[in-house]
Amino acid sequence: MERFGSKLVRFYIPTALYLVFLLFPFYWMAITVFKSDKELYNLKLNPFIIHSPTLENVVHLFTQTIFLKWMWNTFFVAILATLISLAASLLAAYAIQRLQFKTSGPTGVAIFLGYLVPQTILFIPLAHIIFKMRLWDSLWSLVLTYPTFLIPFCTWLLMGYFKSIPKEMEECAMIDGTSRINIFRKIILPLCLPGILSSFIFCFTLSWNEFLYALAFISTTTSKTVPIGLVTELVRGDVYHWGPLMAGALCASVPVALVYSFFVEHYVAGMTGALKE
Amino acid sequence: MAEVRLEDISKHFNEVIAVKDFNLSIKDREFVVLVGPSGCGKTTTLRMIAGLETITNGNIYIGRRLINRLPAKERNIAMVFQNYALYPHMTVYQNMAFGLEQRKTPKEEIRERVKEAAEILGIQDLMGRKPKQLSGGQRQRVAVGRAIVRKPEVFLFDEPLSNLDAKLRVQTRVELKKLHERLATTIVYVTHDQVEAMTMGDRIVVMKDGLIQQVGSPLELYNAPTNIFVAGFIGSPSMNFFEAELARSGNALSLQTEGFSIDLPSEKAAVLKGYPEKKVIVGIRPEDFLKAEKHVPGKTIQSTVEVVEPIGSEIYLNVSAGECALTASVDRKIHVKPHQSFILKPALDYLHLFDIRNENALA
Repeated sequence: MERFGSKLVRFYIPTALYLVFLLFPFYWMAITVFKSDKELYNLKLNPFIIHSPTLENVVHLFTQTIFLKWMWNTFFVAILATLISLAASLLAAYAIQRLQFKTSGPTGVAIFLGYLVPQTILFIPLAHIIFKMRLWDSLWSLVLTYPTFLIPFCTWLLMGYFKSIPKEMEECAMIDGTSRINIFRKIILPLCLPGILSSFIFCFTLSWNEFLYALAFISTTTSKTVPIGLVTELVRGDVYHWGPLMAGALCASVPVALVYSFFVEHYVAGMTGALKE
Repeated sequence: MAEVRLEDISKHFNEVIAVKDFNLSIKDREFVVLVGPSGCGKTTTLRMIAGLETITNGNIYIGRRLINRLPAKERNIAMVFQNYALYPHMTVYQNMAFGLEQRKTPKEEIRERVKEAAEILGIQDLMGRKPKQLSGGQRQRVAVGRAIVRKPEVFLFDEPLSNLDAKLRVQTRVELKKLHERLATTIVYVTHDQVEAMTMGDRIVVMKDGLIQQVGSPLELYNAPTNIFVAGFIGSPSMNFFEAELARSGNALSLQTEGFSIDLPSEKAAVLKGYPEKKVIVGIRPEDFLKAEKHVPGKTIQSTVEVVEPIGSEIYLNVSAGECALTASVDRKIHVKPHQSFILKPALDYLHLFDIRNENALA
């Protein structure tokens, strides 16, 4: 009993408090979706519960805006940027970690330094390049610029992962007559699946939520991504359409939540770089 | 089946010299063990034979082929690694078949060869398991199985037993030796364990700091080590060493230390003919001491027991004699306690004498 008491104080209560802190914004978002404007602005009502639930905000979101188009745009950009970044990072991380060329160490550091350059500085030269490439206001501008911040982090994550795979496995395959590319395909990739999944989740989430580049490079309503579309189309002047805004945010967070919940075990293994035999 | 020849092999890692002027000719079907402490260059040498490490200088031949620039896959060798390097995502069968598949061997032949290897190693029942479902010993067998299915010209083993527990190690040692007889293939085996080297090798190469110290059969190394390093490395417990002054009286020669003196037999004294120094390093193996009842100056050593280590089959005594600390391996039936006085009789025929200047054996 005493042991349970101490566990309660040291573990359950802090965890519960942390969970409340973490989940409260989601709760607030969810209940706002199902409240009418009238209820939302009535200060006399208890704001933590829904008094008369309504779907009017959801209907507004799907009928008064092109939310589904924004979702598709976001998905298109996120998936492509993620795939490009993963392909580049896998090859880069493997080369830096395993090929041991003379500048492999500095190259690794240089890639990481790229990650440290703030987006707010990087978007100015990137905007120039995008303009020169005539990609302005096109989703491809995002597909090509997102890897600038995705590749450095993924490369570092995967480098750590490759490091945890014993070199002897590759050497053994080499003696067995396997080419470098086949070693990568048949040995490294299957073993790195948790690492690849973590990188995938990371890239996908970042691309899905990205705001600055999408705001800077896209102006046509039909080309917007969810974060930009919601903010520019549902905040008019100083009028915030809280209900539809929250409905949009709730719907947009579903894919990410799904991706996380499917791969959470791999994600944890990938982040810790653990390779279990 | 092939002989392996290493001629003037050197390996430099930037400034560090890992292997220097390595010359060795390994006969067809011979079991050669490279042994030495960590960092002596034994694994580097093995990796150079395997083609996993480039050679700075020298030539390596397998049979008549010069293989210096040949990639690992074309050398027709197989290697068993210390950590087994099994592919965790593949079953035992897939692990063993992988090398053959890479060489485009027909499926039917792969099946037969894997089956044959599995029977030799007694792992037929494990074929569908993944490496994580196997014990250390089973993993080791699979690693060996993966090597033998390829039927290579040379097997390379890099400390394959060091991850096994003591009992299994002894058992596997015997099995590997049997396997060598059955397969009749050249084997180069690396270990840091001198017992493993002594029990398994037809010939042993003792290395230190990238240099070969001595090459010979286990008994040659044990009976006639060429220097103090080999003498101390081979044998367990390690050989006792102490400095002694040479004292002549007429034709007789004796070894004088602070605590005792030993009269040298004439054939040992002959070894020192022309030796210019006044001091010599003496080596006596712990098992070359006997218990004596009575102290005879010049023949026996009067000592005091410091620590008694009974290991069952015999007793190791750590004794002090004057300023010398000695280890003696004595009969398990002898009753002895710490701080007790004990008279040791060295077997003088097995005494080793080393030059104090360069630590080489005097012969």
